Amino acid sequence: MGIKINDQSFEKNLEKNLNDDFMRAAMVKAQDLISNNRKNVLSQLGDGNFPEWQKLSGEVRAHVLENLDFYLHQFSENVIKNGGNVFFAKDAKEASQYVTNLAIERGVKKVVKAKSMVTEEIGLNHKLMDAGVDVKETDLAEYILQLDDWNPPSHMVVPSLHLNKTQIRDVFAKNGYTGKDLPEDLAAFARAQLRNEYVTADMGIYGCNFAIAESGAITLISNEGNIDLCTSAPELQVAVMGMERIVATYEDADICISLLARSAVGAKSTSYTTFVNGITEEGAADGAKEFHVVIVDNGRSEVLKSQFKEVLQCMRCAACLNACPVYRQVGGHSYNAIYSGPLGVVLTPLLAGYDDFKELPYMCSLCGECTEVCPSNIPLHKLIHEHKRVLAEEKKASAFWGASMSGAGMVLSRPWMYKLGTSVAPLMTKPLMVDGKIKKGVSVLKGWTDKRDLPALEKTRFRDWYESRSKGGNK
Amino acid sequence: MKVTLFTTCIVDFMAMNVGKATVELLEGLGHEIDYPKNQTCCGQPTYNTGYVEKTKNTMKHFIETFEHAEVIVSPSGSCVSFVKEYPHIFAEDKEWKERAEKVVAKTYELSQFLIEVINIENFSAKLPGKAVYHHNCHTSRFLQVKEQPLTLLSKVEGLELVDFHNSGKCCGFGGTFSVKMGEISAEVADEKARYIQEANPDYLIGADFACLMNIGGRLSRLGSNIKVMHIAEVLNSK
Repeated sequence: MGIKINDQSFEKNLEKNLNDDFMRAAMVKAQDLISNNRKNVLSQLGDGNFPEWQKLSGEVRAHVLENLDFYLHQFSENVIKNGGNVFFAKDAKEASQYVTNLAIERGVKKVVKAKSMVTEEIGLNHKLMDAGVDVKETDLAEYILQLDDWNPPSHMVVPSLHLNKTQIRDVFAKNGYTGKDLPEDLAAFARAQLRNEYVTADMGIYGCNFAIAESGAITLISNEGNIDLCTSAPELQVAVMGMERIVATYEDADICISLLARSAVGAKSTSYTTFVNGITEEGAADGAKEFHVVIVDNGRSEVLKSQFKEVLQCMRCAACLNACPVYRQVGGHSYNAIYSGPLGVVLTPLLAGYDDFKELPYMCSLCGECTEVCPSNIPLHKLIHEHKRVLAEEKKASAFWGASMSGAGMVLSRPWMYKLGTSVAPLMTKPLMVDGKIKKGVSVLKGWTDKRDLPALEKTRFRDWYESRSKGGNK
Repeated sequence: MKVTLFTTCIVDFMAMNVGKATVELLEGLGHEIDYPKNQTCCGQPTYNTGYVEKTKNTMKHFIETFEHAEVIVSPSGSCVSFVKEYPHIFAEDKEWKERAEKVVAKTYELSQFLIEVINIENFSAKLPGKAVYHHNCHTSRFLQVKEQPLTLLSKVEGLELVDFHNSGKCCGFGGTFSVKMGEISAEVADEKARYIQEANPDYLIGADFACLMNIGGRLSRLGSNIKVMHIAEVLNSK
């Protein structure tokens, strides 16, 4: 699939999602619930000073990015020391090809997969399936989406947030489920189906929350236990990670992990924190006998050199999605990319180019709530604004807005033009007035007035009042 | 104190009463108003749309118009928060950066000024009824002015202030976002308006006219009779 999830236009996607009442209600409910829990657990972390934690964790991540070559080297040396193999993939194709070739060479028939954004990014599942490998997503939400004809994820942490239990029942029914739409029964069905897959799989594939440079360990943060099974049952295992996913030490990882579950789902910790340290010792009952780490660049080196490099501090917690007033209304699929919400707005055009995603930077009211909640201290709203600047000034993306803003800049920096403009504007908008309000705007105003009234422009501006008053006129 | 007033462009031509209330309130507290007639706009609309270079002349004009002031006060936290960005935007331009820094150091949002600079304890505002306060993003998040408006409103005689669901979330205005992504903006405004209606207040109060115009525009379309008031108007109510 890759980064882009469908070929429909931005407007079509948006319209479809704005009309999806269930999805929209689910977003509102999930945002409120997670945000509330997040606030509560963060207030109990240390002395409850989140901005201090945010700063600390941001420093931990920024430090690695400043010295990424050093830490990547250290990390990969340690993976090899632990008996593993390391492959540096320059793009999505190289990464997915490496894993697919490995599967073919080792005669792999079935893969069990843990949820991972980067494997979505490199389009790994379809590549494996094209090679005749059976791929089983084992994260419950991803499992549902896979059974639903690879319905794309709409949230980084809760991928099937857009589906309700009845829809999920219907998806399962096509696969042999005969029960009701009770969450417990649905989960039990998925569990029974999946148990068998782990022990019969030839390969386990998972992502990486944090790669620890000092030890070569892959850290995985999870709740369902499926990741533990992917890291223990198959003898051949592959971890896929973005090249920025490194922390220097266990101590640094501790800071990030302390914030990750709290920021992601409003929980003090997840059920499992798993460290995979290469191949297992001789004679052990489980664990990898062969272990590979695929480190994916796919545009990240370019991002690192750019003014957007702070976005690489991201730990994919989705706190920004859970805070964003736009995501709340439109849901993940409106971004037409696997990365959605404020993080998606920043990251998607960097990894996949502006051409297909030039509307994304405008899906933001610049309210700053994403920046406020980000546990990696990324100035998300400022980076979104920087995208707008690039589109406006470097790409000249809109002739209409370019001309409008030139005009506005000219008027606003010349008092005589401003005064003239604001004195004639009420006359010009007079034809649009109904009961002293604009209810049906034209051109750009239409977007406002479809659902909102706009007050009339003042015939007596503040400056007129002030002037007549200082001359002793009306009060 | 001589207070130099930056009304903001939107108040100038769309909400004259907000400017008027600000003047009367400050004069009532014994301050002298200085209103530079050449003022226009802080530049935020063009800047936030991405046109940074096209904004710089507006910003320079603002600095030239206001740098003589002892203190600059504005009834908009959003515009003030943008002025506070000037030194970063002029980071590569030593002269304008320094001039911007001097302006920034003496620029205040109205409620911030009343609490932090002149420490008003008592004033005689009266407004009977129940009200909600919308924390607009730029005032509360960028300026970190959260408690000041509430402190002031708690002293208004007869006014009962109640909270409403998600009072700290964005109303969906966002400058040109409100027309460029009008459909999404309207949905955000609709949710905000519904939560306000659930609290059943007589008044919606805010410290930024633009957000009030947005929420008020939706309330008006929904046929609500909740009265929308800027905090300056409330504090100036007798």
